[in-house]
Amino acid sequence: MIYREAGDFKTSYAKDQQTFPIAFDRWGYFITLAFAFLVVPFIINDYWINAVVLPFLIYAIAAIGLNILTGYCGQVSLGSGGFMAVGAYAAYKLMTGFPDLNIVFVIFLSGGITALVGMLFGLPSLRIKGFYLAVATLAAQFFLVWLFNKVPWFYNYSASGQISAPERSIFGYAVTGANALPAVSYLFCLCFVVILAWAARNLTRGANGRKWMAIRDMDIAAEIIGVNPLKTKLTAFGVSSFYIGIAGAMLFAVYLGAAEVGEAFGISKSFLILFMVIIGGLGSIFGSFAGAAFMVLMPVLLKNVMVGQLGWPTDLAAHFEFVIVGGLIVLFLIVEPHGLAQLWRLAKEKLRLWPFPH
Amino acid sequence: MKMTKLAAFAATAMTMASPVLADLVFPSLSYRTGPYAAGGIPFADGYADYFTMVNARDGGIGGVPIKMIECETGYNTEKGVECYESTKGEGALVYQPLSTGITYQLIPKVTADGIPLHTMGYGRTSAANGKVFSNVFNYPANYWNGASNAVNHILDLNGGDINGKTIALVYHNSAYGKEPIRTLEELSKKHGFKLSLLAVDHPGQEQKSQWLQIRREKPDYVVMYGWGVMNQVAVQEAANIRFPMENFIGIWWSGGEHDVLPAGDAANGYKALTFHGVGKDYPVFADVQKYVVEPGNAAGAGDQIGTAVYNRGFYAAMLAVEAAKTAQEIHGVKDITPAMMRDGMEALVIDEAKMTALGMPNFGPSFSVSCENHGGPGLGGVAQWDAGAKEWKLISDFAPSDMEVIGDLIVEDSMAFAAENNIEERCK
Repeated sequence: MIYREAGDFKTSYAKDQQTFPIAFDRWGYFITLAFAFLVVPFIINDYWINAVVLPFLIYAIAAIGLNILTGYCGQVSLGSGGFMAVGAYAAYKLMTGFPDLNIVFVIFLSGGITALVGMLFGLPSLRIKGFYLAVATLAAQFFLVWLFNKVPWFYNYSASGQISAPERSIFGYAVTGANALPAVSYLFCLCFVVILAWAARNLTRGANGRKWMAIRDMDIAAEIIGVNPLKTKLTAFGVSSFYIGIAGAMLFAVYLGAAEVGEAFGISKSFLILFMVIIGGLGSIFGSFAGAAFMVLMPVLLKNVMVGQLGWPTDLAAHFEFVIVGGLIVLFLIVEPHGLAQLWRLAKEKLRLWPFPH
Repeated sequence: MKMTKLAAFAATAMTMASPVLADLVFPSLSYRTGPYAAGGIPFADGYADYFTMVNARDGGIGGVPIKMIECETGYNTEKGVECYESTKGEGALVYQPLSTGITYQLIPKVTADGIPLHTMGYGRTSAANGKVFSNVFNYPANYWNGASNAVNHILDLNGGDINGKTIALVYHNSAYGKEPIRTLEELSKKHGFKLSLLAVDHPGQEQKSQWLQIRREKPDYVVMYGWGVMNQVAVQEAANIRFPMENFIGIWWSGGEHDVLPAGDAANGYKALTFHGVGKDYPVFADVQKYVVEPGNAAGAGDQIGTAVYNRGFYAAMLAVEAAKTAQEIHGVKDITPAMMRDGMEALVIDEAKMTALGMPNFGPSFSVSCENHGGPGLGGVAQWDAGAKEWKLISDFAPSDMEVIGDLIVEDSMAFAAENNIEERCK
């Protein structure tokens, strides 16, 4: 009744091709953005920023990155944790090596460095596919973690191998370090998320995205119609690693403040991001957000309910958290194998007809 | 997106509903799950039981009851941040995360928030320099003291000369395990022993190759910086290659009952450092029995009382309570704030008379904290495992470590931190 496309006429191709062709969607998108930029910074407290919203925004970037590679281009990667580590260590080296460099450039440069590393590790994808490629990227994960542990230059020869982010600011407001106001780091991350998500959405529906999807759907057919697999696969690895590198740099600099490669960027991180992408929905930008929200929010929510409200012992709650989150993942995948994004799509289809299905 | 927003608001409403009480809040960032739970559980139990005992016996600290909030971190840094943020609003007086990784994250945060952080025997060693680290304390001993204590023990065994001997360091490949390397390198220059480094990756169940290397290289001594499941695996592997257990010395975090029991009789003679008393032979444990165990308020399963790591948690809580008492005296206020707690920790004096009065005679070293020195004296003793009696026995007194070497390293590392973060020296 409210959600409908009838009467929503388009008079130009540009309008017909826009991301949100239905007015209701478009307004929803603008209202969400306005709410996120204008209302949230004033009502949010430290706990919500640092425990929920920052990790959600940062993991959303990582999930978009992996979604470009796995969801759009069909190349399975288990190296996300390692690539995030590249982003984090690049950010650390840039921040300590060039103290005057603005943090925005630091983060973009870290993404760029990660993109180069990602393309290097993407080279095997030209010869191997599927599970074999997954194993090759797994090797990247272990190699990169080993490298950052082994070579002291990466952590500036500190005694413990820990890297800690020094304070950096924009317009006089600290963004990294302990003195950063929560609202400032929130807005900082939000800007990155909005710009990167917007870029990803437009990349994936342009020529590059179509090439990626052609390779994903059938690489031989794509090659025959003139898609260059070398260029296509490497751009997918590059763009994906750029996003994941930015996520790694922000996870380290803005969110954690200090990191240690084995613990913060281990294999479990690769799986976490892969879960986000699969649960959210492969080949969907919205799915990346939904998956990241699910994997970040669910444990915190469960913990607050079980420990904070019901007063259960913390160990019991921690174990139940695994059981419930694990159970929900299986349930979601059985009920809707295409992820939360597909559930959302179905809900919208139903809403178009509601309340008069036939 | 909309669904998740709704969920977010539901959860906000719930977290905001909890009222702030006028208690002394001591958060316990514990880990009772995951590969490090073997060490996390006894520590958390000891920490909780001491507070329960003080509440039941003395009605709190200076009449103000203690409220302990437990938060499960799983030894994971991201969950550690979440726990810190969720508890700091409740008026948390001091944080003891029992994880070097979480400590590194919390150091800048607590300094900005004005809450003290006590990392007893772990964390960032150079935080002992109070001139740079205003809110971080690591008395009475730290990792570098431990490394030096181990070397001193080896020196004692060899009549003071270990020139040409080989010491292998088996360490957890993380910030924690890497901490002692610098100190051991300096000490190896000083005493002329050869140092060989063997890293074990998280979580530490895979150590076959490291112990094969030890079997091949035959070092004279093995020093271990392990935690969690890594310890018991290492003890078992050492037993498998028939490495002489009396030449195998673990840091205090590798010295729990749960670390040596799985290897059975083969673990007999294994040594571990400690900076506090072991066993249950202290009068205070009668109070624990009376006020905690008998009313059924023991934390966890209640089966850890008197184990080495339990005693450490117990000791940590005792030091926290004594610091709170000191803070109450300094400021003349019963309901202290985190800033007052910090002053109390900085003015803390622990002597034999105080410990005897608490029913813990000779439980730990006597020491005092000052503005410059947040690290205490760095005394450490050696305990040896008796597999027949299934108990640890102290085989040495609490002896000093090589502060000449360590002091220089602490200044060097803390000054580097101060330069990186533009911190001005305090205590002038």
